[in-house]
Amino acid sequence: MGCAKWVLVRKNGNMNVIVCVKQIPDPANPGALDASSNTLKREGKLILDESDSYGVEMALQLVAAAGGGEVSLVSMAPNSETSGLRTALAMGAAKAVLVSDPALLGSDALTTAKILAAAVTRLGGADLIIAATESSDGYTGTVPEQMAEVLGLPSVTFAKKVSVEGGMLKVNRQTEDGYDEVTCPLPALISVTAGVVEPRYPSFKGIMAAKAKPVDEVTAADLGVTLVGWAGAGQKVSSVTQAEARAAGEVIEDDGEAFAKIVTFLEGLKVI
Amino acid sequence: MGINNIWVFAQVANGAPTSGSLELLTKARSMGATVSVWVAGDGAAVAGALGEFGASKVFAVSYGSNLAGVAVASAMKASIDAGQAPDLVMFPQSYEGRDVMARLSVKVGRTVLTNNVEIVADGESVTVTTPIFGGNTLVATTFTGGTPYLAAFRPKSFVPESVAGSAAEVVVVNVPDLGATGAAQVIAVHVEETTGPKLDEANIVVSGGRGLGESAKYEMIESLAKLLKGAPGASRAIVDAGWVPYSYQVGQTGKVVKPSVYIACGISGATQHMVGMKGSKNIIAINKDKEAPIFGIADLGIVGDLHKVLPKLIEALQGR
Repeated sequence: MGCAKWVLVRKNGNMNVIVCVKQIPDPANPGALDASSNTLKREGKLILDESDSYGVEMALQLVAAAGGGEVSLVSMAPNSETSGLRTALAMGAAKAVLVSDPALLGSDALTTAKILAAAVTRLGGADLIIAATESSDGYTGTVPEQMAEVLGLPSVTFAKKVSVEGGMLKVNRQTEDGYDEVTCPLPALISVTAGVVEPRYPSFKGIMAAKAKPVDEVTAADLGVTLVGWAGAGQKVSSVTQAEARAAGEVIEDDGEAFAKIVTFLEGLKVI
Repeated sequence: MGINNIWVFAQVANGAPTSGSLELLTKARSMGATVSVWVAGDGAAVAGALGEFGASKVFAVSYGSNLAGVAVASAMKASIDAGQAPDLVMFPQSYEGRDVMARLSVKVGRTVLTNNVEIVADGESVTVTTPIFGGNTLVATTFTGGTPYLAAFRPKSFVPESVAGSAAEVVVVNVPDLGATGAAQVIAVHVEETTGPKLDEANIVVSGGRGLGESAKYEMIESLAKLLKGAPGASRAIVDAGWVPYSYQVGQTGKVVKPSVYIACGISGATQHMVGMKGSKNIIAINKDKEAPIFGIADLGIVGDLHKVLPKLIEALQGR
């Protein structure tokens, strides 16, 4: 990587972007742990994590603004699952690498980052790699920055506004106090917050076209990453317990006077 | 052996260590180890506050226009390579904290466990607890690799306790050569002025969700919050929709709040949201769907149209 890619970007205006996407169980259904492995149950149909739809949209917009190039996807999922990938392909991504391997069960965030970084390398790298700040099911929230470190790239996390001008990335990055304006040469990695752009809905044409787009399915061994799954994880689940449930209180139907109930409740707490 | 040497990364916001950082310092101290603090930037400015909560030494990373995360992680790695390796590094779940822990995790080849609310050391063995499924289930996870163990904690997991200590000794640490990973540069810093109490410190929080129907109706949430001297918050749905900034978001991705009173208006109670507010002492929910999960944890639930309930409530409070 290094400067060569950046020169390429400036010369012919092409920009290639890789988006990390996660396929997750539908968040509308309650999650469950597999009793034997203590991992999240991920059987059945998986969908594109909504958090990742922002990255896909951002990538498509940046490539369009550059005047050329393409958006590729990398994903790690069990059982050769592609339904979430197809959604992102239908939005306009060109191709995908899917890492699906029973040996990956129990992988920690560090192993996941190594796997996804290797998948990026398999695609020949990119000018820009985009991920969500965290997934909606596991929400460890470290994988993007870990990937950047594995790939030796600069990174800007929590990007809430992104543009590329003259081969230079310009990002407004969320901070505790407000935001920082950050510049960064390509190649680089960013994680984008939800709401950074408005994700498009796949068109009928896009959905049909997605069915024929290439998905390169590989295993961890194909990528040359060893010691994955529980074997490579620096952690083990020692117990799973139910938290003390919070009891529901009084529920009333508004008869036009419910506001008075709230006033009384607040008075009782001496906060008004 | 056991856990003898702990590092705490302290997040600084508005010139002071965040309460989440002071909590970790308190917890680390209670584990009976030597505790050193790492900060990004001016160590002298926070040495007093950190010393008050028991830090004896502060490593202040002078990161210039670099992003703090990669700079602090590299400085920590250099210190570890120089023979100063800690047994455990504790991070607050903050913007910089996440960057530091992720970069450090790869540099030292150790996993990092995030979203924790508790940590227990038993000799060599360290176990952390993470709530999942909106806090209904607690998963205890034990580190199995070598030290240093890396763990990040949700805000409000512990209670910060001052020991009235004197100012900590400040050791300024320069950033090692970051190579390509240091290419990102901060060119301008913007501080967003907020009026009223901070969302994660307010005694009363009033949050709005999709049930508001449209962006303009968020005004009702702001008025009510102001009348109650509280802070306005939001569900992820309306942050994603662009009605309010990300900094308003309460939930797994946003802020964790534990006010005396939390008023959820037009919020159904998705797991993502509940994680961030179910520790509130009292919860009031207004929602038109009586099946909404939020009613399962509310002390007072109003099944009704918030567009009717809120204006009346605001009027009643204005009249006091």
